[in-house]
Amino acid sequence: MSDDRKGTKGDILLEMRDIVIDGYSDDRWHEIVKGVDITLRRGEIMGLIGESGAGKSTLGLAAMGFARPGCRITSGSIVFDGIDLVKATEAERRALRGSRIAYVAQSAAASFNPAHQLIEQTVEATVRKGIKPEDEAKADARKLYRELQLPNPDLIGERFPHQVSGGQLQRVMTAMAMSPRPDLIIFDEPTTALDVTTQVEVLAAMRRIVEQYNTAAIYITHDLAVVAQMADVIKVLRYGETIEDADTRTMLSHPEKEYTKSLWSVRSIEKPEEVSEDVILKVDHVDASYTGSAKVLDDVTIEVPRGHTVAIVGESGSGKSTTARAITGLLPPSKGQILFNGTALPPTLKERSIDQLQKIQMIYQMADTAMNPRQTVRDIIGRPLEFYLGLRGAERDRRLLELVEMIELNESFIDRLPAELSGGQKQRICIARALAASPDLIICDEVTSALDQIVQKGILELLLRLQRELGLTYIFITHDIATVKAISDQIVVMFQGRVVEQGMKSEILSPPYPDYTKLLLSSVPEMDPDWLTGLLAQREKEASASP
Amino acid sequence: MNNEDDLNPSAKAELADQGFSESDLGNHGYSATAEVTQIRARRSFRENIWRGLRSAPPTALFGLTVISLYVFFALFAPLLAPYGEAEIFDMSYAPWSDEFMFGTDQLGRDILSRMIYGARNTVGIAFVTTMFAFVIGGGLGITAAINNGGWLDNLLSRSVDVLMAIPSLIFALILLSMFGANTINLIMIIAVLDSTRVFRIARAVSLNVVVMDYVEAARLRGEKLAWILTREILPNIMPPLVAEFGLRFCFVFLTIAALSFLGVGIQPPTADWGSMVRETAGLIQFAEYDLTAAMTPMLPAAAIALLTVAVNFVVDWFLHKSSGLKD
Repeated sequence: MSDDRKGTKGDILLEMRDIVIDGYSDDRWHEIVKGVDITLRRGEIMGLIGESGAGKSTLGLAAMGFARPGCRITSGSIVFDGIDLVKATEAERRALRGSRIAYVAQSAAASFNPAHQLIEQTVEATVRKGIKPEDEAKADARKLYRELQLPNPDLIGERFPHQVSGGQLQRVMTAMAMSPRPDLIIFDEPTTALDVTTQVEVLAAMRRIVEQYNTAAIYITHDLAVVAQMADVIKVLRYGETIEDADTRTMLSHPEKEYTKSLWSVRSIEKPEEVSEDVILKVDHVDASYTGSAKVLDDVTIEVPRGHTVAIVGESGSGKSTTARAITGLLPPSKGQILFNGTALPPTLKERSIDQLQKIQMIYQMADTAMNPRQTVRDIIGRPLEFYLGLRGAERDRRLLELVEMIELNESFIDRLPAELSGGQKQRICIARALAASPDLIICDEVTSALDQIVQKGILELLLRLQRELGLTYIFITHDIATVKAISDQIVVMFQGRVVEQGMKSEILSPPYPDYTKLLLSSVPEMDPDWLTGLLAQREKEASASP
Repeated sequence: MNNEDDLNPSAKAELADQGFSESDLGNHGYSATAEVTQIRARRSFRENIWRGLRSAPPTALFGLTVISLYVFFALFAPLLAPYGEAEIFDMSYAPWSDEFMFGTDQLGRDILSRMIYGARNTVGIAFVTTMFAFVIGGGLGITAAINNGGWLDNLLSRSVDVLMAIPSLIFALILLSMFGANTINLIMIIAVLDSTRVFRIARAVSLNVVVMDYVEAARLRGEKLAWILTREILPNIMPPLVAEFGLRFCFVFLTIAALSFLGVGIQPPTADWGSMVRETAGLIQFAEYDLTAAMTPMLPAAAIALLTVAVNFVVDWFLHKSSGLKD
């Protein structure tokens, strides 16, 4: 039924004029979006990009005429294919959602109902809106699964959400959005939670299907390299206002505003590598497993030079985080030992002395869950000062202030709760907490992967500066190659619990690569709109060439 | 996570509104202090309470009023009661009159005075018992959660299962007859039996908290069990525990009243609503001759019912608030 409705490519589908959206917090209405215009044509993909708090998700939802609870659209017009969504009744708007406008959320895992099969959820809206009868919709869903290159497309729909991987779930959600053949799909950070290697597959699948059905899309993300692969035009937002508007190629080659340039700045950090023989930590032929199951670490040997950075890279499940758990004593190795400053560390946490615990500190990926939400910054940073160094009262507060300034924040942050900090600030507080112990070695577990590019850059520069000033040693666990390039001296590549390659940064990041390293390296999106197309073509060629 | 971030213009964002250019905000338009955040206004404890009360639904205000009245009566019982708790007049079963507002009981004690003292005894003992139940059950529940799956967790959980398998009222009756029915035994026995329920809920909600990275961070720091329990976990499970406290208090209160009604609870001459219902129950039969006399046993029963309803109203409101649900 949809083909005549689609109109011709290039007609204006969605026009948003001077949109102002308020959010309610702390007994006051604040403007979140301050007069933004959007014009989207049929079959066009618009990238909305900006850091957290830029108002991009709010704007994306407004394109459906929807304001989250606690938000309201105060002025402006939203015209979708001749229908004014601001003036329309809720019933009229609801008729459009899930049939002509669809939404793909950031976290597929949190958005599926765990109690129903995937295919039931895929066709639910289509069937309930009466667009297609159930049989037809399910047949179509299987077709979409095939087109999205999901494994076993005829049967995967029978599974439940927990039985498929995150990347597959995100593709099923795309199929769900596509099922009613909407005119417009809004993608809200659909690949942010995925590994680079998975991200490539999901991006490719999404782009193909959107092109095939000539669907218009709004693609919301904070990663400019990703949006460059997807979008025809890009709009950069900051503090609820438009910073810059241009088509993708122009935006990438000639960004006009300073702010736009800073968005891909993390890729510009360079650190010269240094060779060092002075080993502070040695993971010596370590095996480890969780209660009785298969080995998660298999004969892992890593040497960490003092005052330098070793990056451990690999995809989820490769054993990177498990290595960290073995070093910290949370998971005692079943074989091998861990030498710190030449002496073997006791395998379990309980047997280690306070002094040994103090010298190895950890910074976590999710700063949100790494800080007790009921403690203020003063308690969070103050505790290690009391606990390890025995500082009290004024002496403690003086050191506290020093630490807060060291991480480029100021006094006004000391009495805040974690909920009152932004993502980057939270991670800085976690860094300060680790520093408070005066450690020799800090293990950073994916510390930047949940952050915007520009915030990442700030954190990485901070870590580098601290390393120079305090002579810290880092073990940096990550799956992001750009981060590795920026910060490491040595690289360890892990795959399925084994170390597949290790050496100096320059050796690892230059050919010839082992297969897995190559896959990992080639999957990192580049700031080039043709990168994805090129990569897919190349991989296809190699696949057909190999027997 | 991202969803909330968008809501919050910070002070710096507002500076940007007022025409500060990007260069004021750092070289690349970035500085750590300028990130967008939402800061809650600092309010004193009193302001917070006032704000909470203003937004409370009528049922919760009703509940709070009733509870405060009970507390008031319990605290000032000797000043408010016209006669003594065990003072006997030579008029048993006196009718309602100006002298004895609600008449007297079978021994000639003033019902009104005993009602007022009963608030002190019944509510006070129930409160102390519930506190004990929470200290025991909560402490062990969180410990079991920290030890999740270990031998201590199994030992505690299975022991609790055994205790819970025996109907608690009957078990309490048996234990009270074994150890003797005095107030201390009453408190300890009901506290231990009720702590099993507290243990279950404390363990269940703590399990969600012990997996958090900040608990792991505390363990890595080398913190002892007591710190992890009281500083890292307890503050984060307070809302469900406080709500459970309200409900548990009602159950304990009813259990004590029931035991007193059966004669093994609070012992005479101490006034208590449960035994007052039992002692004057016979008067109900005289409803066709003297309606006010027949209502006498209803008074302590109504006092029990009213408090239970009031506490539940407050708990509902609190649960609604702490769950973060918006209607």
